[in-house]
Amino acid sequence: MTLAVETTPAPPEPAAAPQAARDGLCTARVEIRLDGGWHPVCDVAQLTPGRGVAVLLPDGRQAAVFLDRTGGVYAIGNQDPFTGAWVLSRGLLGRVGAAGRPFVASPLLKQRFDLTTGSCLDDDTVSVPAYSVRTR
Amino acid sequence: MAPDETTATAHTDGTPQARPTIVLVGHGMVGQRFLEALAERGVTGRARVVVLCEEPRAAYDRVQLTSYFSGRTPDDLALGEPGFTARHGIELHLGDPAESVDRGARTVTSRAGLTFRYDTLVLATGSYPFVPPVHGKDAEGCFVYRTIEDLLAIEDYAKTAKTGAVVGGGLLGLEAAGALKGLGLTTHVVEFAPRLMPVQVDEGGGAALRRTVEDMGVEVHTGVGTQEIEVGDTGAVAGMTLSDGTSLAADLVVFSAGVRPRDQLARDCGLDVGERGGIAVDERCRTSDPAVFAIGECALAADGRVYGLVAPGYEMAETAADAICGEEASFTGADTSTKLKLLGVDVASFGDAHGTADGCLDVVYSDSRSGVYKKLVVGSDGALLGGVLVGDADAYGMLRPLTGSVPPLAPEQLVLPAGVGAPAALGPSALPDEAVICSCHNVTKGTIRGAVTEHHCTGVPEVKKCTTAGTGCGSCVKVLTQLVNDELEAGGVVVDKGLCGCFAHTRAELYEIVRVRRLTSYAQVLDEHGREEARGGDGCEICKPAIGSVIASLAPSIGADGYVLDGEQAALQDTNDHFLANLQRNGSYSVVPRVPGGEITPEKLIVIGEVARDFGLYTKITGGQRIDLFGAGVDQLPQIWARLVEAGFESGHAYGKALRTVKSCVGQTWCRYGVQDSVRMAIDLELRYRGLRSPHKLKSAVSGCARECAEARGKDFGVIATSNGWNLYVGGNGGATPRHADLLAQDLDDEQLIRLIDRFLMFYIRTADRLERTSTWLERIEGGLDHVRDVVVEDSLGICDELERLMADHVAGYRDEWAATLEDPDRLRRFVSFVNAPGTPDPSVRFVPERDQVKPDLDVLAGPVLPIRTLEGSNA
Repeated sequence: MTLAVETTPAPPEPAAAPQAARDGLCTARVEIRLDGGWHPVCDVAQLTPGRGVAVLLPDGRQAAVFLDRTGGVYAIGNQDPFTGAWVLSRGLLGRVGAAGRPFVASPLLKQRFDLTTGSCLDDDTVSVPAYSVRTR
Repeated sequence: MAPDETTATAHTDGTPQARPTIVLVGHGMVGQRFLEALAERGVTGRARVVVLCEEPRAAYDRVQLTSYFSGRTPDDLALGEPGFTARHGIELHLGDPAESVDRGARTVTSRAGLTFRYDTLVLATGSYPFVPPVHGKDAEGCFVYRTIEDLLAIEDYAKTAKTGAVVGGGLLGLEAAGALKGLGLTTHVVEFAPRLMPVQVDEGGGAALRRTVEDMGVEVHTGVGTQEIEVGDTGAVAGMTLSDGTSLAADLVVFSAGVRPRDQLARDCGLDVGERGGIAVDERCRTSDPAVFAIGECALAADGRVYGLVAPGYEMAETAADAICGEEASFTGADTSTKLKLLGVDVASFGDAHGTADGCLDVVYSDSRSGVYKKLVVGSDGALLGGVLVGDADAYGMLRPLTGSVPPLAPEQLVLPAGVGAPAALGPSALPDEAVICSCHNVTKGTIRGAVTEHHCTGVPEVKKCTTAGTGCGSCVKVLTQLVNDELEAGGVVVDKGLCGCFAHTRAELYEIVRVRRLTSYAQVLDEHGREEARGGDGCEICKPAIGSVIASLAPSIGADGYVLDGEQAALQDTNDHFLANLQRNGSYSVVPRVPGGEITPEKLIVIGEVARDFGLYTKITGGQRIDLFGAGVDQLPQIWARLVEAGFESGHAYGKALRTVKSCVGQTWCRYGVQDSVRMAIDLELRYRGLRSPHKLKSAVSGCARECAEARGKDFGVIATSNGWNLYVGGNGGATPRHADLLAQDLDDEQLIRLIDRFLMFYIRTADRLERTSTWLERIEGGLDHVRDVVVEDSLGICDELERLMADHVAGYRDEWAATLEDPDRLRRFVSFVNAPGTPDPSVRFVPERDQVKPDLDVLAGPVLPIRTLEGSNA
């Protein structure tokens, strides 16, 4: 198990699959792309719009998975780089306007992270991993 | 008396590099201002500064002396930043007045026998109350009204007195009468002149004032003198005989018949004094000895007057400090305008109030029904020369700076009340730049505008700090605020008062929207009332909890579910509310069960101990008289609470913007000083308001006597027992900017107290901004404490019934959140570390031992230390 800070942001692939999520909200499963393969982590039904959950990845890392109001699903690394605590899944999701970019505000010191790229909106030099996500 | 050099303190004569020494005699308001002026000019770093002060306490705000009786403590009245004298190396000798000056040797000797050699001596000895030489004036029960010690003595003596008489119907006399009235005495005022406040107001103003004062139950006797104080067998005051032969029964007498300059020290050492007293000074405040200055009320200024007001005293302090620094400055006389609130009546006079100038004319408005009297004195050229305002002095802030110029409106329009043919109120834009807005600190309109345009101040607090305007008597703050806002607007600064990027409304406006439209869904509030560009989005971390809190506060009244973890409400809560626990730095949570009033049985204490032991939690006693259990994993929270709820505990809401605790002392039941059962009241209050969601956390305390062991005046609402009931204080705060709570109402019975707190809390919840504590709210809202008192005590807005009903709904709708959570498997489902691995604890939450307990193992987190993003408020 690794507990080191993951400093390499994931490539900015299109992260969410809102259409798929909207189509099959009840039964759909959330999958995260890891090391070239898709790994199921939870059901969409286990998510609350506007909030996140933490999932344990096969290699011991943790991801924070979020659902927005329109059914978009996102995943980023769960560790807050400002404090080291694994808590980003417990932050509040925000998105200003229907076309806005979704972000999460850390529950500890309130820095915000873009949910599609993992970059910190309050400090250019900081980012967390962003994972590609699909629902099926 | 020969000075005794051998008793001198640190000073050593003959040291070649000895710094020059400045000795200040007197540490009143003017003395303190002089010290600040020295510090501002860097003199305190270059010179030794010694202060001899007769009173046992350092300088305090004598102008606000009477506010002691409305709840301000001597500490509240203290002047200058805490630690001022120490920081500038000023040697302050309290309770040790100067006894003699040897001008030849340039030494001052104190009562305690300390002798100081001076290079410069500054006399700021102030004045003493004049007591007419009548028989019986020294009897027990006779007082003067000048120092905090005088007030403490009056307060003490009033406990056994029934009737008080004040000799003197001037400014201080009326303040003293108000104080005696407030202490519950039947009160008389005896004034030798034919009207009250003869110096400041004219006959018409005096008559208006008299009617209003009499309406308040103070008996006024004018045109009569005091012939004799009648002394009873015990040597105490029994009454007084007036010059017209009538006799008044009174067992307490306050002399307030004017003041005289305190110039004895100067007389004794041969300095020139005026015929009618006062140490003669020149325009630079120098006495007949160039090494000696005199400032303030003890000085006879170059214009032949002794000024008994603080503003001219401050000007003299600045002048003397300039002279000592070798700079040009002069004091040649000052404006004696005053505005005050006496017994709740506004009284103001400015300029040539009595119309003494040649050819001047009066414009008078008088309405005896409402006790309003206004007179303006206008010169033959149309210039405003002065005026008297009684009962409604709102215009003072504008009229005083206009004095000496031709006003932009006809004088009759300036005195008419709004709505009676008066045009739109005269704004500060009508004033010239050189008009003095703050007369205490001599700050002009131009300087204030400059603070905004050149120093980039963006609000009144900043302008106050930058210019010192509005920090004296405060009478100019209204005009100052208007001026600053006008200037900001002119500069194109748009002050966006919106809650966040999603809402252009303030929290108070959103509260009204939610209440009136009975909206129970955040999404609906956002989509229908959000900023255009934010609609259809997910909101943000600022508005979601704020609106969640508004909906929770109003839940029972608008038909919403008050439980914060269900449905859409779940997504609005900060993590602390979401997990009903407080997130700590390593991702673990702390747990605080409610301990109402801080009272707990041994059995319950044992349960807390057992739970902490069994779950390996770190325990600490909190400042709110309860016990915090740290280090719980999110998966452990339901198990911990199952044990606590079983033992009869409820959520303590330490995680919410809600009522936290009502602290108490043991009160009458155990304490030999207690006068009420403070523990019972604290428990009642805590159980009544538990779970109440508010703009910020709420803290309270109940003390069983005036010794105030529960520290109630540091709380949002604090209750202090009196022998007659309870005093209610509001707006107190600890934290980074401590504030003592203000007295809202006194001697309430249980029912009155609770009704008033109901109204106060609901009015706060309704009108405060997000994360605005009661202290800042009270200072921000227009009208401040007086307005809040009008609304919640006098029901000036007619909303008290509704406020009470909202609180009754809250009380009836309360449920313990933790008990409700444990009953529902759906609600419990969120308490897992990993949604895909229930039962697996978070491996990063680990602990290491410290002092026989645990602490977070931060090495596991190994995160770099990065700065905190600035976002007002905290979870504390």
